[in-house]
Amino acid sequence: MIKAIESDSHSGHASATPPRRVRVRVLRQDVAGSESYWERFEVPYEPNMNVISVLQKIAAQARTADGRKVPPVAWDCACLEEICGSCTMLINGRTRMACSALVDKLADENGGEIELGPMSKFPVVRDLVVDRQRLFRALERVQAWVPVDDSYDHGPGPRISAAQQEDAYPLSECISCGCCLEACPQFTKIELTQRDGESEADFEARRRKAFDTAFVGAHAISQTMLFNSHPVGGMIADERLETLTGPGGIQMCGNAQNCVAVCPKKIPLTRSIARAGRAATVWVFKRFFDR
Amino acid sequence: MAKPRILIVGGGLAGLSCAMRLAESGVHVDLVSLVPVKRSHSVCAQGGINSVNALTRQQGDTEWKHFDDTVYGGDFLQHQPPVKEMTDWGPRIIDLMDRLGVPFNRTTEGFRDQRRFGGTLYKRTSFAGATTGQQLLYALDEQVRRHEVEGLVKKWEFWDFLAPVLDDNGHCRGAICQDLVTMEFRSFQADAVVLATGGNGLVFGRSTMSMVCTGSAVSRAYQAGAWYGNGEFIQVHPTAIPGADKLRLMSESARGEGGRVWVPRKPQDARDPRDIPEAERSYFLEERYPKYGNLVPRDIATREIFDICTTDGLSVEKDRLCVYLDLTHIPREILDRKLGGILEIYEKFQGVDPRLVPMKIFPAVHYSMGGLWVDYERSHDGGMVEGSPRNQQTNIPGLYAIGECDYQYHGANRLGANSLLSCIFSGLFVAPTLVAVGDAHRDSIDRQKLCEAELRRQETRHRDLLARTVGDENPYALHQELGNVMTRAATVVRRNDQLAEAYAEVCQLAERWKQCAVSDTGSWTNQNVVFTKAVGDMFPVAKLILKGALLRDECRGAHFKPQFAMPGLAATDPAEKRREAEAWCDRFAENTARWLKSTIAACGPNGEPEISYQDVDTSLNPPRPRLYGLVGAEAIEEVWKERERVTA
Repeated sequence: MIKAIESDSHSGHASATPPRRVRVRVLRQDVAGSESYWERFEVPYEPNMNVISVLQKIAAQARTADGRKVPPVAWDCACLEEICGSCTMLINGRTRMACSALVDKLADENGGEIELGPMSKFPVVRDLVVDRQRLFRALERVQAWVPVDDSYDHGPGPRISAAQQEDAYPLSECISCGCCLEACPQFTKIELTQRDGESEADFEARRRKAFDTAFVGAHAISQTMLFNSHPVGGMIADERLETLTGPGGIQMCGNAQNCVAVCPKKIPLTRSIARAGRAATVWVFKRFFDR
Repeated sequence: MAKPRILIVGGGLAGLSCAMRLAESGVHVDLVSLVPVKRSHSVCAQGGINSVNALTRQQGDTEWKHFDDTVYGGDFLQHQPPVKEMTDWGPRIIDLMDRLGVPFNRTTEGFRDQRRFGGTLYKRTSFAGATTGQQLLYALDEQVRRHEVEGLVKKWEFWDFLAPVLDDNGHCRGAICQDLVTMEFRSFQADAVVLATGGNGLVFGRSTMSMVCTGSAVSRAYQAGAWYGNGEFIQVHPTAIPGADKLRLMSESARGEGGRVWVPRKPQDARDPRDIPEAERSYFLEERYPKYGNLVPRDIATREIFDICTTDGLSVEKDRLCVYLDLTHIPREILDRKLGGILEIYEKFQGVDPRLVPMKIFPAVHYSMGGLWVDYERSHDGGMVEGSPRNQQTNIPGLYAIGECDYQYHGANRLGANSLLSCIFSGLFVAPTLVAVGDAHRDSIDRQKLCEAELRRQETRHRDLLARTVGDENPYALHQELGNVMTRAATVVRRNDQLAEAYAEVCQLAERWKQCAVSDTGSWTNQNVVFTKAVGDMFPVAKLILKGALLRDECRGAHFKPQFAMPGLAATDPAEKRREAEAWCDRFAENTARWLKSTIAACGPNGEPEISYQDVDTSLNPPRPRLYGLVGAEAIEEVWKERERVTA
């Protein structure tokens, strides 16, 4: 029997007594840098409901389980079909997408209550909303793009075999959700605040430096291999490998393999990391002998 | 020549392709988006992107045929020069996206593979797995990130567009936006403001669209004086998975592989569907369309599923309209091989294995063909003049619209795999216009002062909302009610009495919205007040959709009014049949003269739309009847062709 959900004896269905209410515990935080605290909510159960619909109901009622009026819980979402990468959070302690987390399957996990918290490796903005700018900055660090001359007409791109396409496509499905970073023991939180008297530009520069010397993360390593394997993208492969062998590069990977286990898109991240490791080794030797 | 400064609102395919092209021209771009641009709704598109290609060309396909399919599919409601320009650009756009690294599926020989989509005989559709939109979006996101590193693009992610800034002559000189984290207001002075904010599915409550597709940016431009074109044309996809939070698309290929649609004959039969005997099931599509069965055209499937639930009351569930889409008779290994991907989506979100239990599906609002009215300049060869200041410009000088939020390319009905093309095309094509327009619009106007005045208006609106802590109305509940009204009256089947009633209901909802209390009065990441504001801005759009639909007494594309449908021919006697066909064609010609016009809505006092009509440029390809599946189609076609020959 699903514990999180109390059964409802008023149901018209003969087959089973369907559950009625969903109990949720949310780790809240009012602003960046403030203390966090737990709050309990209860919402009516509906068949097939996911964590997003639970949060939508919490927003609509804006009351805790004991009837106290509180501001609605803030959270990120957009597509609700696990393709935009917005709604990553800790659900019963596990990093995952809220849209594809179904209440019926969660309830058993946590002694009758669904527990929601923000990702722990990124600064909290409010409640379940975190700031993932570092994740996108990593894509800049590894130059995750094809360096085309311009967007004018130069005919088609290079011929690519079906096998190459099948190899690249899964890597290109990365939704930048950050699950792999949350689960990685080597990826640790960077949370900086603007100092008194520090200009916006100085603060940005300090933050940029902190980002750029810390671990780049599995998602960016995988993107490196995606673009290095592209005929035109690979023309700057050396520049990307230079980044990957620099501070916060691939040498920081501890091979815990958590990333691949939590990836909602089942991207072969450890395969990318292994390939990147080999390429980096070759690159280091090449650089040494080219001197 | 001083470089202009451009503000783009929205970072989907249209906004990003525009930003990329502008940055490449050395123009500085501010890019405002509700979400990190990589998470824009374009990411959800699955099927592919259309263009004539090397293979179809050798089978007789041309840019012209792609153009013809598009205007025929759109029931001739779009101006033809922009469509012609778009389909002419098709091959170049696919080549470009290929160069940017989109992993299009490949043939054995390493060429791009294509598949066939609805509304055409050719395999025109390039695709990247089942996530073509995601792959196209990422390729553009990557290029824009590259320009961002170089300092030409500045992204303002998690920012909301609140209003354009207009000068005394009604020219757009910038915009006011709000940071959704700090809630800070900011004015953006700009030589041109480009809206690329997508569709408005949330006006219908739940749809296949993302949660950010509220239509609020377009509504705010409309309330500031921009015209809205063809608002009543909304595409409804026949098969989506109903969810409490959203409606997720279920691909047509499920029926293509033998899926059967049915409902229990007994209303809301509570038995497990597998226990309901064949005789007590209604396979209503197969019964009503023995020839096409479950594979009737999209609009017909949509209408029939909708009608059996609403008019016949045979929905599988009482509170949630749905019918069964049954694959359980097909062996598991076939399903896994041919439909694995989409069945996994159903399983993931419904927690039920569709190989064992029939799926529950229902039509869902999917795409807004209508949108902001935009201009174009016709070229001598029937396309558009590149760089003309009129291209994609709304009636407010300096305010532009591209992508799904303009009304330009899809007429009364959009063909599958044409939306990605129109988004990228309009984004690229408008760029030279913007580069030039910056110069034309730069003068001594004190933008700073204008912006400050508008900024203060927006701050006041925000403060007033925050002050509303007592009131009986809940914005989330009102949104749900609005969605129910709109879905009931203005989606698949439209009746004038229902539309008029819905209009009155929306007016009441808009009044009740004024009694909304916000549950969060804070000034940090206040999603509550942002949503409340967006709901308030849905009412003017809902009204223009309803009024446009109410006034349009005909059937055209996605707009279906049974009262004005033109049935097929009844006669069997050849002479009688001929007479009926003549009458049918007379009526068609009359209807074309009366209704082949763009609906233009201007926002009047209190958000009431003032509707007028504009002629459509059909000079390249004269309108002809769409006869698919109609009884007597051959006779009608014969008469029509004779008449065409006479006029030619």
